[in-house]
Amino acid sequence: MIPAAFEYQRPSSLDEAVRLLADSGDDAKLLAGGHSLLPLMKLRLAAPSMLIDIGRLRDLSYISDAGDTVTIGALTRHHEVETSALLKAQVPLLAHATSQVGDPQVRHRGTIGGSIAHGDPASDLPAVCLALRATFTVVGPNGSRQIPADDFFRGFLETALSADEILTEISVPKVPDAGWSFQKFNRRAQDWAIVGVAAVHNGSTGVGLVNMASVPVRAAAVEDAIAAGSSAAEAATHASDGLDPPADLNASQEYRRHLAEVLVRRALQEAGAP
Amino acid sequence: MKITTTVNGEQRDSEVEPRLLLVHYLRDVLGLTGTNVGCDTSSCGACTVLLDGESVKSCTVLAAQADGSSITTIEGLAGPDRMHPVQEAFQEHHGLQCGYCTPGMVMAAVSLIEEVPDLDEAKVREGLEGNLCRCTGYHNIVKAVLAAAKTPARSAS
Repeated sequence: MIPAAFEYQRPSSLDEAVRLLADSGDDAKLLAGGHSLLPLMKLRLAAPSMLIDIGRLRDLSYISDAGDTVTIGALTRHHEVETSALLKAQVPLLAHATSQVGDPQVRHRGTIGGSIAHGDPASDLPAVCLALRATFTVVGPNGSRQIPADDFFRGFLETALSADEILTEISVPKVPDAGWSFQKFNRRAQDWAIVGVAAVHNGSTGVGLVNMASVPVRAAAVEDAIAAGSSAAEAATHASDGLDPPADLNASQEYRRHLAEVLVRRALQEAGAP
Repeated sequence: MKITTTVNGEQRDSEVEPRLLLVHYLRDVLGLTGTNVGCDTSSCGACTVLLDGESVKSCTVLAAQADGSSITTIEGLAGPDRMHPVQEAFQEHHGLQCGYCTPGMVMAAVSLIEEVPDLDEAKVREGLEGNLCRCTGYHNIVKAVLAAAKTPARSAS
């Protein structure tokens, strides 16, 4: 399978990338690690006229201690996130969940920013960012702005990024002592989750769901139930409240609802939520 | 567009279409057909090569993305006198049946051994999750990788 023809640009700075993107119109796409975009292009589900390869902007590849948060450059590869001593100590949920993305070859190429900007509801990391209350920094021709994870995922593969904006940084609160759990249910080792759950419990409780809607979502009803004093098992019965999970070859809607309840219960219990 | 790569230690200058995939560059432009195309959807790992020392699925990388990089394929692994320790271990432990997945398995194993110092059976199985063997010959593949991991590192050149 061969992608449709496109023009290829490789800017050498973020400024140049922003300029190129602004000048190229809606039909240009950013290329980071390429592990979400290239498969779509090979299937001709995406056929951008221009690829702007930002994969080598090493200024956007870092994991930094920023006081109460850890900031991660958007072009940091999954392999670097999963092996980061800082993240393992301060945000272990993110390091662990990243080690469950794809397979080692995919994690050598794929980037955290690419995964989040792609916004696939079946991806692991958006749900983790929702559970952790991460904040994203994006840069466009008019400067930068910050978007909470909660406001970022808008529709199927659609995010709050404007066509001329680039996701540059992911900021996650440090939660070194929090309980956490990442539950990923699939039938083959490297597959997407049929349903996944990211949970963190640190006094308050955050729960993100993988593949339970057309967008990555927070299990708000579960979080509310825990806050109101429910047990993990009671709260988990609300796992799919208000959600319209997808039905596909792997699972019907009913199966996903059942799976979500079971996995949310396990996640809450493992995270130490009551 | 023009790209320059170092493939198995040799500098290569090529004129390629931006949409050319790395695996097709290696096979069709450079004639290095040891790297196989299996699923072509970044699932099976048959096309695994080392890009700047790390395993990647060359069906999901553009040749343009490899511009300026160093690539090692299965052809570049053996030294002049003998095979690479991972290749020797695959032979010794019969880590192959039909052989189609083997180049990718070997390259993934080289990268895994490099990255994970304390491999055990579970870590090998997890580390090779991106490589499928349709013969389901995993048992001996895992044995071979564990044996190779115990062999002292030896330069392939």
